[in-house]
Parts: sequence; C-alpha cells; structure tokens
Amino acid sequence: MKTMTKLWATVAICGAVFSSTAFADPHPDAELIIEGELHIATRAEPPEHLGGVLPEIYSGWLFRTDETRELQMDDFDNPGMLFAERGEDRWYTADGSAEQSCADCHGDVDSMAGVRAVMPKVNENGELWSMQNYINNCRTERMGAEAWGWNSDPMKDTTALISLQSRGMPVAVKIDEEAAEYWEKGREMYYTRFGQLELSCANCHEDNWGRMIRADHLSQGMSNGFPTYRLKNAAVIPLHQRFRGCIRDTRGESFAEGSQEFRELELYVASRGLGLPIEGIAVRQ
Amino acid sequence: MSDVRPRIRLPRSANAGDVVEVKTLISHNMETGLRRDGSGDAIPRQIIHRFTCEYAGKMVLDVEMEPAISANPYMEFDVQVDESADFVFTWYDDDGSVYSETQSFEVS
Amino acid sequence: MLTRRDTMAMGLGVAAVAMVPGAASASAVDDAISAFTGGADVSEGGVTISAPEIAENGNTVPIAVEAPGATEILMIAAGNPTPGVAKFGFGEGAATSRAATRIRLGGTQDVIAIAKMSDGSFARGAVEVKVTIGGCGG
Repeated sequence: MKTMTKLWATVAICGAVFSSTAFADPHPDAELIIEGELHIATRAEPPEHLGGVLPEIYSGWLFRTDETRELQMDDFDNPGMLFAERGEDRWYTADGSAEQSCADCHGDVDSMAGVRAVMPKVNENGELWSMQNYINNCRTERMGAEAWGWNSDPMKDTTALISLQSRGMPVAVKIDEEAAEYWEKGREMYYTRFGQLELSCANCHEDNWGRMIRADHLSQGMSNGFPTYRLKNAAVIPLHQRFRGCIRDTRGESFAEGSQEFRELELYVASRGLGLPIEGIAVRQ
Repeated sequence: MSDVRPRIRLPRSANAGDVVEVKTLISHNMETGLRRDGSGDAIPRQIIHRFTCEYAGKMVLDVEMEPAISANPYMEFDVQVDESADFVFTWYDDDGSVYSETQSFEVS
Repeated sequence: MLTRRDTMAMGLGVAAVAMVPGAASASAVDDAISAFTGGADVSEGGVTISAPEIAENGNTVPIAVEAPGATEILMIAAGNPTPGVAKFGFGEGAATSRAATRIRLGGTQDVIAIAKMSDGSFARGAVEVKVTIGGCGG
C-alpha cells in the first residue's frame, strides 16, 4: 500500500509539472542559419501518417535557449564538429587485415550525401539496419576489421561525419513495403507505456510538447538532429543512447543500443520527422 | 589521452594594426576527479590545466584552468596583429602532455 | 545492475560533476579571492560578466568576462564544490582584457570575477546564473 501511494504521488507530481508556462510554444521566429549562409528549415508540414496529431513538425532546435541555439549556428562553436573532424581522419586511414580505408572504396566522404537521410533502412536480406550496422558490416566483412561498439568513440565520430554529409537534406526514411512491418512495431512501441512512471514517448512528445517538464522545454522528440552534441554529456550522442536514457527515466529497464526494438523505434521516430532537414550534428541540452 | 585535437579559428584576413578575434577549441574530457565509476571508485582527475597563446613572440593570453572548465575547452580572446607572424597555441595536460599548434597569419 | 542512485542521477538530468554533495563554503570563496588580491581592497565596477540568465545545462555554460585595463582576471563559481574556475592573464600581445569560455556550474549560483588592474588595484563584478534541472535528462 505504502509503495502504491508513493508511486501515485510521483505520478501526480509528474502530472502537475506538465504545466503551461510562458515558454509554452517553440520559439516563434528563430531561424537556423549556419555561418550566416546555410539556411536549415526547422519547421515543416507534418507527414500524412500522423493523421493530424501534430499541427506542424518542429526541430528540437526551436525548443532550446538562445545560447544553446547559437552554438549550432557556427561550425566552429559547435563542439560536435570536433568529432566529425576526427571521423574524417579515420575515413582516410586504413584499418583491418584488408588494409583498406573507407576512402579506398567510397572515395571522398561527400559520396555519403543522402545516406543519413534514409536511415534506418532494410538491407538486402530483409533486416532493418541502422547506419551503425552498415558500418560494422563493411568493417567485418570487407575490411577485415573489428566491429565498433555502438557508443564507441570511433562509431560516434564516423556516424557524425556521415550525418554531416546529409545536412540540409530532408528526412526520407522508407516506411512501406519491406519496411512496413518494422515501422508498425516501432509505432506500437512509441505509444507503449514503460517503467514505474508508465510513460510512453507519446505522453511527452505528442501530448505535451511545448510545455515544461520541470525546467526542461519539451520538444516533439524529432531525431533529425542525431547524432547530436549534448551539453549534458559534452559529447556526441547517438539516438539509441538517448532512447535508453528516456526509458531509464521512466524508471524502467531499458533496451540495449542496437537492439531490434530500438531500431524499429528509430525508424518510427524518424518517420515522424519526414520532411524536416537533417541537421548534421545538432547541439542540444 | 587518446586523440586530443586542437582547432583554431582565425579571420581570413586582416590589416596591420587590426584587432582580431581568436577562437580555440580542443577535444579533451576534462575529467574533474569528482566523478565515481560503477564500482564507486573516484575516476582520477585529468584536465588541461593551462592554455597559452603567443603572437609574434609576445604572450597574448595565459589561462590557468580548473576542473570547472567544460569538456572540450573553448577559449576566445582578442589579439592586435601589427605584423605578419606566427600564432603559437599550447595546452598543458595534467598527465604531462603538451599539445601545441602553430599557425602563421598574414596581415596586409 | 541499475542502482537507485544511478536512476535518480539520470532522472534528475544533472551533470555527473554536480552529483558531489555540498557547495564551497563562503570562506572558501573568500580564501580564493584573498589569495589573488593578497587581502587588498576590491572596488565594485569595471568588470562585466556575460552569461545566460538561465543555463540550459550546467555542464556547458558559455560565459565571457571583460575588464578594460586588467592584466589578470580571476573567475570564481561561488556555489561549485570548489570555487576556482580560471585565472586569465592578458599579456603584451592582448588587444583587450576580455576572454570567453564554457564552464561547469553545479547549480544556481553567483559567478564572480576579480580583475587586477595595471596599477595594482582590484575590481569586482558578479552575476547570478540560474542552472536548471531538466525533467528528463536521459
């Protein structure tokens, strides 16, 4: 009985903090212009499959404070670019028994333009793979190199570098045909409540975006900015790591980075942002 | 420290006597020594504790840094460039490593 | 195994550095200042600190300090476990006595800057920076 009272008290407090304040909406007119030249849209028409649950879709950039937003508007000020630069050196460095670098097959890194925009994607064997899976597949099958850990520095550097090549290109994940069954599972997970706090992604990001959860300005939970430099970690963070943290915060056991569940969720979350441009390496709190 | 990487931003051009803004960044965890790992043991401190910038052989900025400086430390400051010369940037790590970057700068 | 402390720490969205109990005592702040000034008088004014009113995450707070005519500026975070943040020395080649950086603040607190002027006198400036705890830091 005592535990239930505590639990309900926690839920009640959580309910109470979903309050509207002066911060209610995303920033009304901020424009994301990088280095004074590159305009990146941060608002778009919602994709049809949402059926109108969101009036417009917004990048998480719009929900951050002035100082955080400014960090993304300059490629030097954006600390995530350090990671992309390290990734670029790695791109041209041979690794593994085949003594090949990424460049030996793929040429310059700008050949990766468009790749981030369609991830995660079903491969020729019908499996849903994230960018990390494709990278590791190249490494183990063609380079004779060891797979990188999902959250490892080289993986973060390389996914940051590859994502940057799609900066400005709209999210274009495929959700039909061979991807449909994975997308459905991802959608189901998005609306499933997890943890002691019994929160689903939708509870925050669909029902309460724009409101403050304690002192955090809730976004719509779009993934077009990932991998993103998080001020909290002072490092580039892949999407699955963020998912893990979110589920942990519901006081539940979370899935692992790279798991089937997270790949399906990644596909669904990406599809909610269909049309928003990839932000390369975003900066978030 | 694996792959510590400095970055410098200088303006593309300047006239002699101009004041230019210099931005520097270096990838480094700036481990404070206050964090504990999964077993409860303190993770030892390892930070960049000093950064200097010289231009044309003159000291511009000499900063003593504490663990309260964020990871991937960023420093921004102003230099008067009277002549074409070299910028020398140096970062001093707790573990004794010294990272240095030299960039020549032309004034018109 | 996920301990309750781990869950709380993550749930509170607080940077790891801030999970250290306690802030520096007022005397630690005074000690840091007198170590710099040698106990000399410190006047108010002439020292500007630019910082966000509300820092979205205490782990990376952009901040700048300027004191025209200063040869050195000491920056202190009065509410951190230890108050020292940085000591900026401006040399012959410096065009201004201004520097900007990014710092860690463990909670809402005053950031204090003490400038040492070329004539050996000291001046002081301070701002309060609110540091928020996000709802779901992940």
